[in-house]
Amino acid sequence: MPDETKSPASPPPEGEPKPTADRPATPGGVKAASSGSVQSETKPAPDKPAAPATPPKAVAGAPATPAAAKPAAAPPKPAAPVPTPWDSPMIARLKGNYGSGIEPLTYLGQNYMVVDRSLIPEILQVLRNEEQFDYCVDITAVHYPKREKQFDVLWILYSFPRNERIRVKTQIADGQTLPSSVPIWATTNWLEREVFDMFGISFDGHPDMKRILLPDGWKGHPLRKDYGILQQDNEWVQINLGIESGQ
Amino acid sequence: MTDPTSLSPLDLETPDKTFLDANELVINMGPQHPATHGVLRVILRLDGEKVMGLECVIGYLHRGVEKIAENRTYTMFNPYVDRMDYVAAVSNGLGYCEAVEKLLNVEAPPRAQYVRVILTELNRMASHQLWLGTHALDIGAITPLFYTFRDREEILKIFEKYCGARLTTHAFRIGGLQYETYDGLEKDVKTFVSFVRPKIDEYEELLTTNRIWLERTKGVGKISGKDAIALGVTGPVLRASGVKWDIRKALPYANYKNFDFDIPTGENGDTYDRYLVRMAEFRQSLRIIEQAVDNIPEGPIMAKVPKVIKPPVGEIYHSIEAPKGELGYFIVSDGSTQPYRIRVRPPSFVNLQALEVMCRGQLVADVIAVIGTLDIVLGEVDR
Repeated sequence: MPDETKSPASPPPEGEPKPTADRPATPGGVKAASSGSVQSETKPAPDKPAAPATPPKAVAGAPATPAAAKPAAAPPKPAAPVPTPWDSPMIARLKGNYGSGIEPLTYLGQNYMVVDRSLIPEILQVLRNEEQFDYCVDITAVHYPKREKQFDVLWILYSFPRNERIRVKTQIADGQTLPSSVPIWATTNWLEREVFDMFGISFDGHPDMKRILLPDGWKGHPLRKDYGILQQDNEWVQINLGIESGQ
Repeated sequence: MTDPTSLSPLDLETPDKTFLDANELVINMGPQHPATHGVLRVILRLDGEKVMGLECVIGYLHRGVEKIAENRTYTMFNPYVDRMDYVAAVSNGLGYCEAVEKLLNVEAPPRAQYVRVILTELNRMASHQLWLGTHALDIGAITPLFYTFRDREEILKIFEKYCGARLTTHAFRIGGLQYETYDGLEKDVKTFVSFVRPKIDEYEELLTTNRIWLERTKGVGKISGKDAIALGVTGPVLRASGVKWDIRKALPYANYKNFDFDIPTGENGDTYDRYLVRMAEFRQSLRIIEQAVDNIPEGPIMAKVPKVIKPPVGEIYHSIEAPKGELGYFIVSDGSTQPYRIRVRPPSFVNLQALEVMCRGQLVADVIAVIGTLDIVLGEVDR
């Protein structure tokens, strides 16, 4: 299938649904090339709806039985969900203090906030100390090479007293660093090391900023999009393993 | 440091003094070691036999799973997921399939969910049995290894009959199940449940009140609930420190809401409590399996998912209660058939961070006990 070798540098996901009208294998009429609508008329509630599993597929007129037998015959969903803003007392408090630096959105029932880089250590401290997000589940990053601010760094936080999970996202440019969250949550020690290892994003104030999964002398940061899938640090391999190449 | 020539006999008794005026001894517990449960390297700084500090060096089993994910389609990535926590492959698969299903906004049909719960809980039992056998073996108790592995065979036989593989099962598909349950799955599971109940009592008989076990595990590797939360530790380790939290109850997934089970917790947060918590989890898993196997509804096993899976643009984070802790998947989709980014939040990786905190001030032999009690799998730590 030619699809596998397609490099994932497709249009940067800005949150608008791509009209997926170019399905390769749609026998019968391809009607309903509709999906481009941004107005989210379906899925208003943040609850993950269990019911609409079947209706979007069953739509599209076409004789139900042969179409149902071939899953590929289903036309694209009429409207893909989009991130919508959400509000809560906590958001009201945060917006009161930080105003436009915070953009709270929700997608498929999961709440997240896009936060300005300048707010970063402060907002995490506020979330932990005042809003009781005492457990930092994960820190990770995503690389969008075509964007000006290439990296999306996100913290996934969970609050035990409130049983609430939230993501805090910020965007930084290549070469920019972030303040370390180790003073806030002890768990971020290794998590930030891994982000550094895989993406090259350094965290200021981290007690031990060095690679964690890859060997110490490795050059390159593999999860960046410009690092090939088969690429290896040949110099390291030759020096340390004594072989010509890892391939 | 004291001048050795001036020591009186009394000075020799206090263990804290650095008797020989020596520096700290740095010992390498290398990547090849029978008790590190994989290729884990621990650099120990010792004062005599006391651990002053340690540093874990990981990455020996790093296979670049997250990078591979960006070059495979969603369905093609499914088997890779089993290989991370290769002991509890079914849970990994469950987490991944559910995360992608959430992104697609479909839900697996009820029949598939019941079978998923049964297989996942069986897998939890198999993982805990392996944990018990190897943990006891590291500490020196050799018998439980044989008992638990013998009983684990029954679970693996069920997996093999169902999906053809014992360990890396690839049991679930995005949207449900691929294979219909085989004739006799319910009967096999029921036989297994009645077979294994007295076996769990056997394991307890061997260890729970065993004086050597108590000496080796009580008070070893203590971690308080507050420290555990700050360190991000989850799973039985967190529950043994007194925090009653289980994702199956807090943020339920895959129809766990329909089942009635308890969350065992401990008080002291030491190795013995973690052992008791996992033994209690055996029994809770059996409860869930019994409730599920009697009530598997009829119906389809696969939701209406397109043949070519192209989730809409967006991100999602979904986590499940794997036998080792919170296993999370963060998937970013750009609308194409291949995920843009998959991040796996591995419980063993985060739990291993706590090793240093738990081992400080303990003896070298306790380091082995603590590594065992954290129940790490290097495949998941390194991915």
